Amino acid sequence: MTLPSEQERKERIDRGIKIRSDSIYAMMSHRELSYLTLPRLILIVGMLMIPLVIPSMYWQRVFTISCIYALLAISFDFLAHYVGLVSLGGAFFVGTGGYLAAIANTSLGLPPWLTVPLATLVGGGLCTLLLLPCLPLRGVYFAIVSLMYPLFLARVIEALDILGGTDGIMGIDSFPNHWVEQYFIICILLLILFGARRLVNMDIGLVLRGVKDNDQAIRASGISVTFYKSVAVFIASAMGCLSGACLVHIYMWSGISQFALDFSIIPIAATVIGGGGTLVGPLLGCLILVPISELLRDFGTLRIVFYALILVAFIIFRSEGIMVYGQRKYHQFERWIKY
Amino acid sequence: MEILIYGTINSVALALYALGFAMVYGVSRLPNFAHGALYVLSGFITWSFLNSLGLNYLISILLAMLATGLIGALIYQFVLIRVRGMEISEIMASYAIGLAILEGLRWGGFKGMTYTLPAFISGSTEIAGIPVDYQRLLVVGIGIAVVGLLWLFTRYTRIGLALRGMAQDERAAMMLGIDSDLMAVTAMGFGSMLAALAAVLLLPLGNIVVESGYNILILAIAVCIVGGLGSWMGAVLAAFLIGFAQILTVVYLGSHFQMVVALAAIILTLIIKPSGLFGRQKELEERV
Repeated sequence: MTLPSEQERKERIDRGIKIRSDSIYAMMSHRELSYLTLPRLILIVGMLMIPLVIPSMYWQRVFTISCIYALLAISFDFLAHYVGLVSLGGAFFVGTGGYLAAIANTSLGLPPWLTVPLATLVGGGLCTLLLLPCLPLRGVYFAIVSLMYPLFLARVIEALDILGGTDGIMGIDSFPNHWVEQYFIICILLLILFGARRLVNMDIGLVLRGVKDNDQAIRASGISVTFYKSVAVFIASAMGCLSGACLVHIYMWSGISQFALDFSIIPIAATVIGGGGTLVGPLLGCLILVPISELLRDFGTLRIVFYALILVAFIIFRSEGIMVYGQRKYHQFERWIKY
Repeated sequence: MEILIYGTINSVALALYALGFAMVYGVSRLPNFAHGALYVLSGFITWSFLNSLGLNYLISILLAMLATGLIGALIYQFVLIRVRGMEISEIMASYAIGLAILEGLRWGGFKGMTYTLPAFISGSTEIAGIPVDYQRLLVVGIGIAVVGLLWLFTRYTRIGLALRGMAQDERAAMMLGIDSDLMAVTAMGFGSMLAALAAVLLLPLGNIVVESGYNILILAIAVCIVGGLGSWMGAVLAAFLIGFAQILTVVYLGSHFQMVVALAAIILTLIIKPSGLFGRQKELEERV
């Protein structure tokens, strides 16, 4: 790279307002207060408004599905960037939650407002139990094993012809009406989003990030790494099972396709595009990716090609993602200075 | 006897699927999730050379292998090299490329049962009263030959020795003047060529279908994980283990369980001994 004769470099500095609003001085004026609250308010109000603004039932349904993918993406982001467990098995959580909700609804006759929490808690526990033996694994080994779990379960269901076999379980109750369905999912999503933000900043979040950065140090401090990992996996898999349970009640059907790779890949793509480690980024990514893939439905499998290529491009050229970029622009300014 | 013969054939096929994957992982620590896609792609390239351009079968096979090798090397040179060392980005990028290739082929109209490659030699013979066609015997013969040649290649040629050096200790290899990026590209090229070789040998036994790309990937991963990631000879031994296990389950349980065996092998191996049966134990790298 050739530099101009008068050498300059770009400098990145925090905005004054960011520094002021970092501490108690945020209470000083409305400007600082709104600097902090405005982005969050825009998110909350925006999410609550979208179903009212969207005209057609079809696109409202697409938005609901985006929210469900967003739940999965947040769970992936939480595990990958705050605990250091890269789980490629989002479909495992969706499938477990979905089948549990379906069984609870059809066999036990429980209504949706009971099956969803039940599937969330029991499913989270079940997934954690099944993943417990692989928790000590690191990096690529955990990624591969978690990718194989949903495929394995799908093949087992197919081979043994249990739980409805390849036909799946049909005749599941839907939510009372589509407004309840939408606002239930949106509210849950927002609660989980802000809850997760809170969680990673609490003491347990500190330990979890320690597990990610240096697990030997955590172990040396007399803290059980496996215990904290399993707590994190429980939280993440409960989120995944919740989305699976909601999905089953929306489609009124549960089948092996809930273990399909879509549920593992789209949330990851959304996290990469939205910006990993921000927890809001995955939501943004899902709101972009899922409608685009709906728009491209006419092109058949070309849409998978399309979002695979977007994913590759983002991984290579903009690995930070939209949200990290946006946050940087919001909090910092850049200027050229002379050496 | 039937189990012995078909188990051997299945095992050699698995070894062929896995060798390319094992080679790429061994040299550049890249889990090449586009392996299955390259396998299917080379099948379609061969088919196109053969039927659209009307070339000789042998020439189109050689050309397809070269083309697939080149495609693999280009993918590495222009995409994967940029995320080198970031394990998760590597997995995601290579998987996305594989997905793009496979779904692109499906979109391009390569689907259904219409695409088949002719067998090299048609007809069949009987071994101890069991009918076996010549193509399957050829698979076993060439498969064993490939493993032998690979063994010689990695021990008696400069490139082979450099690849092995990279696989054992990258930094030491770099100190000895081995260009690590070039070797990684070479390994990816050779790995893709091995995938293409497996494709042209094994695809004449059935149809070329896009879906098989995903299964090939799972089988290749299963073999490599059980044998120990990065261990080439471990992969060959693991191929026999899984190959016979698969044939036994097909005979005694039913063909549905063929993939279940592979997936269960991956999960169990990773839980019990992540470095595989024949891999060197790297306790601290792989588990806490």
